[in-house]
Amino acid sequence: MEFLRQFRNGLFKENALFVLVLGLCASLATTTSVKNGFFMALATTFVIVCSNAMISLIRYYIPNGVRIPCFIIVIASFVMIVELLMNAYAPQKIVQALGIFIPLIVVNCVPLARAEVYAAKNNLINSIADGLGIGAGYTMALVLISAIREFLGNGSFWEIPITTAISSTDINALIKTPAVIAIGPGAFMTLGSLFAFFKWRKMRKERKIAEALLAATVPWEVGPEKKAAPATT
Amino acid sequence: MEFLSLIIGLVFVNNYVLARFIGLCPFIGVSKKTHPAVSMGMAVTFVLTMDSFVTFPLYTYFIQPGPQNVFYSLTGTLGMPAAQEFIRANGLGEVLTIGTFILIIAALVQLVEMVIRKTSKPLYDTLGIYLPLITTNCIVLAVPLNNIAQVKAGGDWFTKSFPEGLLWATVSGFVAGMGFLLVMLLMSGVRERLAVVKVPKPFQGVPIVFISASLMALAFFGFAGMMGGLKANFG
Repeated sequence: MEFLRQFRNGLFKENALFVLVLGLCASLATTTSVKNGFFMALATTFVIVCSNAMISLIRYYIPNGVRIPCFIIVIASFVMIVELLMNAYAPQKIVQALGIFIPLIVVNCVPLARAEVYAAKNNLINSIADGLGIGAGYTMALVLISAIREFLGNGSFWEIPITTAISSTDINALIKTPAVIAIGPGAFMTLGSLFAFFKWRKMRKERKIAEALLAATVPWEVGPEKKAAPATT
Repeated sequence: MEFLSLIIGLVFVNNYVLARFIGLCPFIGVSKKTHPAVSMGMAVTFVLTMDSFVTFPLYTYFIQPGPQNVFYSLTGTLGMPAAQEFIRANGLGEVLTIGTFILIIAALVQLVEMVIRKTSKPLYDTLGIYLPLITTNCIVLAVPLNNIAQVKAGGDWFTKSFPEGLLWATVSGFVAGMGFLLVMLLMSGVRERLAVVKVPKPFQGVPIVFISASLMALAFFGFAGMMGGLKANFG
């Protein structure tokens, strides 16, 4: 089923953040807590799905030379819609925490890249599937980063304190984590370590495949020796 | 004096790349060698200065609530008092800043590219392909939005009166670009060194750049005390 295949594609194989390395700005600045990261990813998913759908509907009418500005206009209109929606329905604290990053979804590389690569060339259903898959993958990536950052920095998850009394930025905690690690440079370090972790896993998988391939094939030395032995005797 | 605190603030304390995490895509992608990194930084500075200069009056005269809004006088002459009152209280809607700014930025980058190509070929060759690439860069939308936010907050860098605010907005755009250039220069130097050093295999490529960036961000955190110190010593 083309729909499911395209959906699964965006989850792991072409994950927007870890494989395609897109949308870095929002992923570091908005992932200070899982709630913020999740709502940011939700807003971005909304924009990706809607702009993919719209662009795949009008793809035959866009002249080739001006297609990037056209995509940007479509994406900008959906970002305006999502900003109004979030100001109206999302909790006030989250909107304040996300700040200017909701308007910055316009220049987030993910909607533009998916529009250029996929939505401009495929029909409506597949483009929606692609948008949902990429958005789901982006959500998973953002939640992962923010879970690590929130847990190490504040000892909580989704603002439910788990080990906050023990380790948090609060001055009464047992282990007072410095805010500078939880908020600033810690973000870069978390993302770098995650990239390294995924690369290590890929390297290990490739090495296992190479070893399995080597074990399954017949070694080259066996062939000529066996052929040479009867000839000499 | 406020100029100095603006420069220190935007280049060191609240650096757009290291402290606000904006403009990361070129930071990771273009900073391998010094020459493209500096070219990108200069191109971004150029676009940001013009961009802040153009978007600030656009916001003040078309979108910001109040009697200076163009639509205020327009609805006045057309004889629609209810609409005029609406414009005075709410402006044209804050949400329209996104669309108008991005259109202006795209058009501006196109215009700047054409002008540079005609007037100064060496400069065009230096900036190369980075000029069109800047349109989808986070930083060219973030800096005008930040200028607008400064105006609305009424902070001590910006005043609400138009000519002075325009000067501050333009200088702020230029200084933000300079901060970006500085960080690109530093990172390209670090990456050129990293290329000849033994890096563990999983960290080669993008991850080690992030780790270096985190150390750089940590170093820049040390500047945070400068703002208070400037205020205390120079008033």
